[in-house]
Amino acid sequence: MADALLAPAAAAAMYVASGTAAGISIHQLKKDDDPRKLPTMAVSAALVFAGQMINYTIPGTGSSGHMCGGMLLSALLGPQAGFLSMIVILAIQCLFFADGGLMALGANVWNMSFYGCFVGYYLIWRPILRGKWFSSLGTRSAQRTRIIAASVIGCVLTLQLGAFSVVLETTLSGITELPFSAFVALMQPIHLAIGLIEGIVTAAVLVFIYESRPELLRDVNISDSRVSARRSLKSTLVILAVVVAVVGGGLSLVASSDPDGLEWALFGNEESGYSQNMGLDEDSFGVDSKAADTAGSIQEATSFLPDYAFPDSDSAAGTTVSGLVGSALVAGVAALICLVGGFFRKKRTAA
Amino acid sequence: MNKMERSLRELREMDTLAAGDSPIHRLCPLVKLLTTIAYIITVVSFGKYDLAGIAVMVLYPVLLFQLSGIPVSTCFYKLRFVLPLVMAVGLFNPLFDRTPLLTVGTLTISSGAVSMLTLMTKGVLCLMASFLLMATTSIDALCAAMRRLHLPGMLVTLLLLTYRYVGVMTEELAVMTDAYHLRAPGQRGIHRSAWGSFLGQLLLRSMDRAGELYTGMQLRGFRGEFHYAAAAPCTPGDAVYLIICAGAFLLCRLVNVAQLLGSLFVR
Repeated sequence: MADALLAPAAAAAMYVASGTAAGISIHQLKKDDDPRKLPTMAVSAALVFAGQMINYTIPGTGSSGHMCGGMLLSALLGPQAGFLSMIVILAIQCLFFADGGLMALGANVWNMSFYGCFVGYYLIWRPILRGKWFSSLGTRSAQRTRIIAASVIGCVLTLQLGAFSVVLETTLSGITELPFSAFVALMQPIHLAIGLIEGIVTAAVLVFIYESRPELLRDVNISDSRVSARRSLKSTLVILAVVVAVVGGGLSLVASSDPDGLEWALFGNEESGYSQNMGLDEDSFGVDSKAADTAGSIQEATSFLPDYAFPDSDSAAGTTVSGLVGSALVAGVAALICLVGGFFRKKRTAA
Repeated sequence: MNKMERSLRELREMDTLAAGDSPIHRLCPLVKLLTTIAYIITVVSFGKYDLAGIAVMVLYPVLLFQLSGIPVSTCFYKLRFVLPLVMAVGLFNPLFDRTPLLTVGTLTISSGAVSMLTLMTKGVLCLMASFLLMATTSIDALCAAMRRLHLPGMLVTLLLLTYRYVGVMTEELAVMTDAYHLRAPGQRGIHRSAWGSFLGQLLLRSMDRAGELYTGMQLRGFRGEFHYAAAAPCTPGDAVYLIICAGAFLLCRLVNVAQLLGSLFVR
């Protein structure tokens, strides 16, 4: 998510949402009163930040994957501390690496951390790890399988939610002309693949931690973790990956083959004007001014922000030309500033 | 050079730039932060066809680049993250929005093309503004400014601590990655047999390190929050800078300056 893709109102709303979640997290952590946690959070956040740059070779393909920070951090630190650590990671990425944007930070925190930490932890990680699933495999092996299942399902689901939020935020900001359904159909499958790989990498790291230091993980029953009964990680992964791919793929197929329901839900009574608004009609391509005018008036009526340079009258060309000339003048002024600045700097270095 | 070393170099570069000296560097960090936020909000609030209106906003980063002596090339290198995403969204605009806006000879410019260009300009301008903030302000000064804005102490302390440790962890992982690749030549990335242990080993060691770190901090009197060295106080000059900038942004948003300038010459 970048600054340019959000309208100020949407960005502010996302800041409020993320800020509230952060406030609640801080309140909870303060109540726990464990100052020891702060350095642990910082070190884990720094590690996840660096760890996201590692490339993992995906067998059979030439590509590589990364890991899912939100799930890993909330499994290690708990959802509140994980959420705060993710905020900090995203802030550093946006401030120092220009990945994201200062104004889009609220939205990014929501899309990438809220789902990963809170939804991922409370709805997936904890229920699965505290549940009695896979108990037939023997205690330790069942625990491993639960960790893998929770990581993979968690990453896939939270990434899907995040991707859907990006689509929703961008569409509501009125930035893209891409129809909502097409945008969803584009984003969800891509993130399904990403989530699957991220989930598997996250699972590998968490299983390793479970093998060596199970007490570091949340909600893991460590009393009988030393009983050995191994089930191959590979076979578990393959089974899980297939299941998730089938289920997830089916879901996203259903979602994209029936887009009208979603569209209707979002745009309600405007749906008739909506298709025209998108300029999907073959006729409106070219110079059919009547169609263009209707489209224009609809667009003007429905657009999120007021437009200045929109052609609705005969003087449109005139205003646009003066705008162009003015922009050229601005460019001239900018060049002048550069020249003057360069001149003074040269003088300073010469002196 | 691997990915991690590259990002380490980027971090160092930002620190070096922020340690420089110029009229912009000397401004109060709080004022710089507020001005940057005001600028970004103004830029983003422009209409999606208002390319002419947004053109004037270019002057602010240009002026700042010149006053602070920050090289523009460093900033454009960072565009590689933001532009692809903005482009991916914006590229569809010319396809779906084909309302003709302007005809120059036989060439018809559709409003979709204009909205795409506006979107990209917005992306670049917002990036420049936050880059300029970071290139002229040290992270400590920025954190102190955030505290003055009453952001939660825990979050700000965490940001500062994490920033310190990002360098350490990235360096460690860079060394590990190099060592791994020297032992496994011709292999792209980490083999799946080492997926868990590669990062897991470092994670375990780091958890212990965090414990020691906390003990060390406690011995030096850490009580849950850092104490910031007296930050440069905001002078009346800083306040004037903020008022002038915010006023100029508002003026540019309300009045289409580029068009006004153009109409002086075009009849």
